[in-house]
Amino acid sequence: MTATAIAVSGLVKTFGPTRALDGLDLTVNTGEVHGFLGPNGAGKTTTLRILLGLLRADAGSVRLLDGDPWRDAVALHRRLAYVPGEVNLWPNLSGGEVIDLLGRLRGGLDPHRRADLLERFQLDPRKKGRTYSKGNRQKVALVAALASDVELLVLDEPTSGLDPLMETVFQECMEEERKAGRTVLLSSHILAEAEKLCDRLTIIREGRAVETGTLADMRHLTRTLVHADLERPAAGLDKLPGVHDLEVNGADGTRVSAQVDTAELGGFLRRLTDFGVRDLVSQPPTLEELFLRHYEAAPEGDGQAAREEARR
Amino acid sequence: MKELTGTGRLFRLALRRDRIVATAWILGLWLFAYSQAAAIIALYPTQADLDQLARTAQGVGANPAVVAIQGPAYDASTYGGATAWQLVTPWVFLIGLMSLFLVTRHTRQEEESGRAELVSAGAVGRYAWLAGGLLFVVAVNAALAAITALTFIAVGLPATGSVALVLACVLNGLVFAGVAAITVQVTQYARPANGMAFAVLGVAFLLRAIGDSAAELSWLSWLSPIGWAERFRPFAGEQWWVLLLPLALLLVLLVAVAALLVRRDQGAGVLPVRPGPATAAPGLRSPLALAWRLQRGTLLGWTIGVAIAGLSFGAIAQDMVQAASEDPETAEMFSRLGGSGSIADIFLAAILSWIGMLAAAYAVQAVLRLRSEESEHRAEPVLSTSVPRIGWAGSHLLIAAAGSASLLVTGGLVAGVAHGLRAGDLGGELPRVLGGALVQLPAVWVVAGIAAALFGLLPRLVVGGAWAALGVVLSISIIGELLRLDQWVLDLSPFTHLPRVPAAEVTATPLAWLVVLAVVLAAAGLAGFRRRDLSSA
Repeated sequence: MTATAIAVSGLVKTFGPTRALDGLDLTVNTGEVHGFLGPNGAGKTTTLRILLGLLRADAGSVRLLDGDPWRDAVALHRRLAYVPGEVNLWPNLSGGEVIDLLGRLRGGLDPHRRADLLERFQLDPRKKGRTYSKGNRQKVALVAALASDVELLVLDEPTSGLDPLMETVFQECMEEERKAGRTVLLSSHILAEAEKLCDRLTIIREGRAVETGTLADMRHLTRTLVHADLERPAAGLDKLPGVHDLEVNGADGTRVSAQVDTAELGGFLRRLTDFGVRDLVSQPPTLEELFLRHYEAAPEGDGQAAREEARR
Repeated sequence: MKELTGTGRLFRLALRRDRIVATAWILGLWLFAYSQAAAIIALYPTQADLDQLARTAQGVGANPAVVAIQGPAYDASTYGGATAWQLVTPWVFLIGLMSLFLVTRHTRQEEESGRAELVSAGAVGRYAWLAGGLLFVVAVNAALAAITALTFIAVGLPATGSVALVLACVLNGLVFAGVAAITVQVTQYARPANGMAFAVLGVAFLLRAIGDSAAELSWLSWLSPIGWAERFRPFAGEQWWVLLLPLALLLVLLVAVAALLVRRDQGAGVLPVRPGPATAAPGLRSPLALAWRLQRGTLLGWTIGVAIAGLSFGAIAQDMVQAASEDPETAEMFSRLGGSGSIADIFLAAILSWIGMLAAAYAVQAVLRLRSEESEHRAEPVLSTSVPRIGWAGSHLLIAAAGSASLLVTGGLVAGVAHGLRAGDLGGELPRVLGGALVQLPAVWVVAGIAAALFGLLPRLVVGGAWAALGVVLSISIIGELLRLDQWVLDLSPFTHLPRVPAAEVTATPLAWLVVLAVVLAAAGLAGFRRRDLSSA
């Protein structure tokens, strides 16, 4: 096993006139939980389908577990499990039958883990496919994937139909996967989820990776929100480097809030202490803000839609 | 009545929702009716031509294979009577099909999707969904009846007969709206509700197919609404009282529905949903096992249908000999069907080719399962396991190929036993009839191969394309010779190339070529599928 589970570079995929992927780069290290983030339509599912050999790349190179996902699909699929974003089951097969079938087609699944996961996800395996809700169909696919003995899990928005309790169960499962040393590629547009679960992230927009690294790496690129309650009215804060959206409130101008570039935070705080700090609250940037930054810079006026997407 | 509150609004909702679907159904069925009348008028310009047609109708009328599909001819010597002969049986079937689909669409499917719950929380009575849906189906049928009757009058058919014909067809078709109103109460899901109502429609068609083609069983036609529409005799001395039958049956069905409806919860069916097994059977571990599991129910349904058809036609083959000896026109017609054997053999060959076409329709349906699995996102989880694409697609093709073979064996066995027992020579007749059924297999496989090739190479067109190809093949085989089409057109159908066993000797060469063609088509489909993207659109 090598250190890189997935290596994608310059990946292009077009559907007719639409360029769904436009030179995408993505690297997933072995043993990490990697978040693959972007709004709907950014190309996440297309990328995953290419990684599974369901679609064929038009250009670029794709390596998955040291194989070619198109040519070596069958051999590679023995070593991975996939949960599609849209899980559709056979109407007349029970959930338990589907779990067993998919597990066996992958090369076997652990019956104890299967029973444990059914219990934790509170899934009734006797119900027929057509009677499951969206969330329960997703649980069927998740149990089938998590109970399989594989090296790599590819999960496409796995929690989009789960309620908050089940999301917690899912997060526990991901923690176990990480400890077990399995590699996970997890696509999501729910940012809080990726923040909690992922070691590293790749953010994709319009078919291109716009950011990749650990959350700490990205915080370095971002701004921290600072609220301060001062003893004396502050002056000259707006002249400091790296300070944005400065607001001075309160009757005498003693309540200050600002967005500060993380690199300039030290200078800003030193200056604040000159005015006597009574109270200080600083918030690390959320992924929502990362998104906002990327979509605010969007050239074709789609920033508004993207911002709304990011807030969801 | 407050239980009907909101019916008017739901009726208008149905109109709004289905303005395109309903228009398409109405236009399609209207076009079908108009083209029959127009074709008769164009093809038989003089009364002498019509009289000739009427004699042909009597001759062809003795051929149960034709009557089974087209219904009996009562008076083909007028334009109206000839149109009724061509139109009534298939048209009532299609109207019934439309009516049952539309009822399910506006009742059970709305409940299944959860949309009905949203609406029923408002000021909507218990019967409003069903009443609104039925009202909508009645309105669609009324519109179809009105424009069709006006069209018939406009092309010069007598007004009374035109109105009578559409009235009889629409009323009897509406019976199946009533049937669907029952089945949507029984099950919780639209698919089985449609399936059950369609099964009733199929039985109605089959009852009259047997009743119309076998004189001693003609009472069977009186058990079928499609038979009632025929026996109403439009343009051939209308029997107005027959219209009371569908009206009475509809009334009974509606009373039954009202009783069923109050015995169930919103979203539930009268029948409880049975849970499935918690674990899969040990055998469910390969793509072939999955394909079999998904397709076995369909195959069972077709097997029952083919067995009934084989039984009923096998049992009457011996009677054809009698009919031909009494009526020179019938004998003449049989000799035109081709082959050199006895009347019974010629008849059997025609029936077996009909069973071959049923098997071809099954094979197309079985192959198209590939496409619905793909487009409804059920192929994706399987193909992301260690199942090769060829293995997955090949499994369904194998089911289609073996399933159609088993249908032919069933039809041949049942028809052979029935005919052998009546002819008093089971050991002699059974192998000949079975052989005549099996000889259809290469042609069936070619039709399945066309569907497979389309699936691999033109997946977006496969559903329409495969059914269209089957339609062309069946049209050529059923009416090609009657219409005296050119030989090159007849040659387009693989069934044209089959030896007419048992009325002729088996010739291996065309069979071998057809098998080669089927294999090439299937291989092209598999190769295309291996190279292309999975697509849902």
